[in-house]
Amino acid sequence: MYILNRQQRHFVNSSWMIISLLLVTLLPFFLFFGLYLKSTYLLHDYSVFDLIFSKTWKPASGQFGFYPFIVGSIWVTLLAMLFTAPVCLLTAIYVTQYTRKIVLRIMHPAIDILAGIPSVVYGLWGILVIVPFISKYLGPLFGIKTMGYSILAAAFVLSIMIIPFILNILIEIFRSIPMELKEAALSLGATQWQTIKQVILKKALPGIIAAFGFGLARAFGETMAVLMVVGNVVKLPGNIFDPGYTLPALIANNYGEMLSIPRYDSALMFAAFLLLAVSLFFNLIMHFFIVKYNKY
Amino acid sequence: MDDPIIVGIRNLNVTAGKNPILKDINISIPRNKITVIMGPSGCGKTTLLKCMNRLTDLYPELKVTGEVMIDNKNVLEAHEDIYKIRQQMGLLSQRPYPLPMTIYNNIAYAIRLRGVHNRREIHRLVVHYLQQANLWDEIRTRLKEPASRLSIGQQQRLCLARGLAVNPEIILADEPTSALDPISSQAIEQTFLKLKNNYTIILVTHILRQARRIADHVVFMYMGDVIEQGSVREVFENPKMEKTKLYLGGTFN
Repeated sequence: MYILNRQQRHFVNSSWMIISLLLVTLLPFFLFFGLYLKSTYLLHDYSVFDLIFSKTWKPASGQFGFYPFIVGSIWVTLLAMLFTAPVCLLTAIYVTQYTRKIVLRIMHPAIDILAGIPSVVYGLWGILVIVPFISKYLGPLFGIKTMGYSILAAAFVLSIMIIPFILNILIEIFRSIPMELKEAALSLGATQWQTIKQVILKKALPGIIAAFGFGLARAFGETMAVLMVVGNVVKLPGNIFDPGYTLPALIANNYGEMLSIPRYDSALMFAAFLLLAVSLFFNLIMHFFIVKYNKY
Repeated sequence: MDDPIIVGIRNLNVTAGKNPILKDINISIPRNKITVIMGPSGCGKTTLLKCMNRLTDLYPELKVTGEVMIDNKNVLEAHEDIYKIRQQMGLLSQRPYPLPMTIYNNIAYAIRLRGVHNRREIHRLVVHYLQQANLWDEIRTRLKEPASRLSIGQQQRLCLARGLAVNPEIILADEPTSALDPISSQAIEQTFLKLKNNYTIILVTHILRQARRIADHVVFMYMGDVIEQGSVREVFENPKMEKTKLYLGGTFN
């Protein structure tokens, strides 16, 4: 026997769903607002423009310039995307359009393993393999003296880390394109490459942009692996062999050690706020392109 | 049969792994006629159609042996010329799949693929094929819109126009009206009747009334075998085989 009748149970259940929905939708706003409140202490004394574009970071003497961190984050992220995007796209096209299904069945676990490796392990791999490789071989190759801890090292490690996320989405997107569309293009006398380039890629474009945007957001927020290899030097990087510093690394490295310095805590909150704002900005741009290309 | 033959299929066998899909198929398809291939679902009609323009290549698990002669050329042995051979046939599938382009470019794409690059000539042909498919009057002001915005019936006629745009001799139609409303279906059927003077039409269907309405020549298939073939009068009014009688009587579907 139920205590409530069917109508009442329906009401209770649907209320739960609405509450969950509200919770999920409102959470980002609370987060945003909370971070804003926490950083008001800093914003009270400095203008946002100064904070974002000032290059000096000396918390002890009250100078909070976030420019080097923002630039560092953007360099690392974009460079990582530059390495990863073509590789993922070509791989996804190859396994979905050219090979038999068995290849994908073997590949999937491999990709999932890549996704399951903790980021600190990627960081270790970066320190043990990528950093020495850059300082010993890659740097000298370009005639540059470098310690190896650099924007490039971070981008390299990141690019490997985000492969599974981008690749899995891309594969799903290409698989969801109906076979009949391919058949239609081929039946018109198009070659397989023409079909892929002129029909399938075009159909998949919104999805491809979404996949890259997702990867970008992940790369931008990645903390541990990056801070282990990026060098953590507050300086505007001159080239990709220079060390740098990223926003997430700034927060992770300093939070908890800044109690004696006034406004430091608020400054780190502002860093988190910036991080969120930039991610949101990326998201908006991505969304714009998805809508733009989704009409087919 | 006195009509000239355009497609001659001899000893065609298709297997998927160990399962035979088509068994020793022998069919002759007359030129400039509507040939209807009918039979219950899963009897291999679609596969047979795909053998003709070699879309079976897309499915590596299929093994195809035998001969599919089109204009005295074995399609199954074609290599480099397969693209040219596919252009001898326009395809119309069960549901319309417009290319992810504008309405205009859906047709222009096919025209460019056959090597026409003069813009004026392309435009003239686009209009021509849209008229042939009975679509021009409805969409003449919407040419720059994405093809996906058309209704399903319009999309299907667009796909027909696209199929005609490669300048084929044969139109392969795989249950082209099964997803359409009665009016659009009728439009497609009417177009077929008009087109058969210039094209050979091979139509797969399981709608008996449709077959009866428009077919000249009928092939009846069951479980991967060709049971009976002949003119529409022979097959519908005087079927020789027991299975055909049962099918036409509606005993199985």
